[in-house]
Amino acid sequence: MTTIYILWLRQIKRYFRSRSRIIGSLGQPLLFLVALGFGFGPIYQKAGGGNYIQFLAPGIISMSILFTAVFSGIEVIWDRQFGFLKETLVAPVSRFEIMIGRTLGGATVATIQGFIVFLISFFVGFRINNPLSLITAFIFMFLIALLFTALGTAIASILSDMQGFQLIVNFLIMPLFFLSGALFPLAGLPKIIGVVASLNPLSYGIDGLRGAFSNSAHFGILPDFLILSSIVFILIGIGSYLFSKIQI
Amino acid sequence: MDNIIEVKNIVKKFDKFLAVDDISFNVKKGEIFAFLGPNGAGKTTTIKMLTTLLRPTSGEMIINGYNPVKDQYNARCSFGIVFQDPSLDDELTAEENMYFHGVLYKVPGKILKTRIEQMLNFVELQERKNELVKNFSGGMKRRLEIARGLLHHPKILFLDEPTLGLDPQTRNHIWDYIKNLNKTENITVFFTTHYMEEADKIANTVAIIDQGKIVAQDTPQELKKQTQKNSLEEAFLFFTGKKIREEVANSMDNLRMRRRVWHR
Repeated sequence: MTTIYILWLRQIKRYFRSRSRIIGSLGQPLLFLVALGFGFGPIYQKAGGGNYIQFLAPGIISMSILFTAVFSGIEVIWDRQFGFLKETLVAPVSRFEIMIGRTLGGATVATIQGFIVFLISFFVGFRINNPLSLITAFIFMFLIALLFTALGTAIASILSDMQGFQLIVNFLIMPLFFLSGALFPLAGLPKIIGVVASLNPLSYGIDGLRGAFSNSAHFGILPDFLILSSIVFILIGIGSYLFSKIQI
Repeated sequence: MDNIIEVKNIVKKFDKFLAVDDISFNVKKGEIFAFLGPNGAGKTTTIKMLTTLLRPTSGEMIINGYNPVKDQYNARCSFGIVFQDPSLDDELTAEENMYFHGVLYKVPGKILKTRIEQMLNFVELQERKNELVKNFSGGMKRRLEIARGLLHHPKILFLDEPTLGLDPQTRNHIWDYIKNLNKTENITVFFTTHYMEEADKIANTVAIIDQGKIVAQDTPQELKKQTQKNSLEEAFLFFTGKKIREEVANSMDNLRMRRRVWHR
C-alpha cells in the first residue's frame, strides 16, 4: 500500500511542480472550445441540435484527460531512459504495485487537468443542470483517465525510446479523439464511422460524461459505465503484464 | 572469511550476442572488490544480473545468501546500488528522493526521518535537502545517490562507475566516504571504474573482465607483480590488450534534447 501511495504522490508532486506544462496544456482545449464551440454553434443550432457548447464541453474535457493520461503513462519511457525506473525496479516491491501506483497517480493528474478544463468551459458558456451530477461526472472522468494512463503505460513498456512517440500521437491519440463523438453526435452517422466510434473506448467515456452533465447519453449511462470499467480492468491487466516484462 | 557474493558459471546472451561468457568469482564479506574491464566487457550486465534487473541465461548466483533469480525480495533488501547513470528524480528535492527510497524499502517512518538526516549529513547535503535535484551538480547527485543507496542499511553496496565525469576533488571525497563506510559499517563494496589508480588505491581484490570472460583476479599488488608492471593500468592493458572497444550506440543524447523540448 505504501508503495502505491508513494508512487502516486510522486506523480502528483511532479504535476504541480511543472506549472508551465499545466498552463501550456490548457491552450489546446481552450482553443477548441472557443473556435469550434462558437464556430459551429450557429449551424448546430440551425440543425436542431441545441446549444453546441453544451454538447462540446464534455468532449473537450475528455480530450484533455485523454492527452494528459496517455502522456503520464508514456512517461515510463523517460523514467527508463533517465534511470529513475531502475531505482524502483531494484527496490523490494512488486512491479504490479509500481504499475498501479503510477497509473493511479497519472490518472489523478489527468482528472485534475480535466476538472480545470471543466472550470474553463464555464467561461465559454457551459452550464450543468444539477450540481450532484458532478459526482457521476467525476467517476467517468477518473475512468477515462485510468483507462488511458494504463494504455500509455502499456505502450511505454514496449517502446524503449521516444522514437515512436510521434507515431503514437498521430495514429493512436488523434484518431481516438476525432473518432469518438467528442465533436459530433453519434446518432445518424455513416455506418463505418458509427461502427468505429462504437469500438472506441473514449466514446463511452464522453457519452457517460455527457449523460452525467445533461442527461443526453447516446448509449446510456449504465452501459457506458460497465463497458468503460471493463476496458479499464483489461487495460490495467495488460499494462501490468507488459510492465512486469520490462528488462533494462 | 565468508563469501557474500558467489557467482558460478554465469552466462548472459542477448539474442546472439554473448555479453557474459561463463564467469565465476567470489566476493568476501567486508571487502572492497573492483570489477574492471573495457567498455562493453560485460561489467554492467553482470551488475544488473546480481541486482535482479536481468535474468542470467544460465549459471548460479548467491548474494548475501539469497538467489537473485528465485528470491528477489530478500536479494533486493540486501544491497544498495549507485547506477552508472543518475537514477534520481530531478523534479523532486534531495529529501524527497531519500524519502521515496525509504518508503520503497519499508524503512519505518520514525527511523526513516532520523536516518535521512544522518545520511544527508554524511554526504554533506543536509543544508540543500529542500532543493530540487535538477539544480544539483554531477558530484552532488552522485553523493546523494550514495546516501540513498545506503539508506536502508544494505550489506552490499554496488557502485557502477561512481566517479565517472567527476573532478578529482569530488572523486576523492566520494572514495573517502566509501572507504570509511567499509571500515566502520563493514559494508561490502563492489564497484566498477575506468580509473585504474582508484582501483589500485582502494580495492582489496580486482577482477578484470574482457569480452565477457574474467581474465585475471587477484589483489592489485599481485596483479602488478604477475605482469611485472609498475601500475595497475599497465597490468590492465597487459590483460586486455590495447585495441579500442566499440560501444553500442544508444539514442540517449537525442532523447535528452527532445525531453527538454517536450517538457517545457
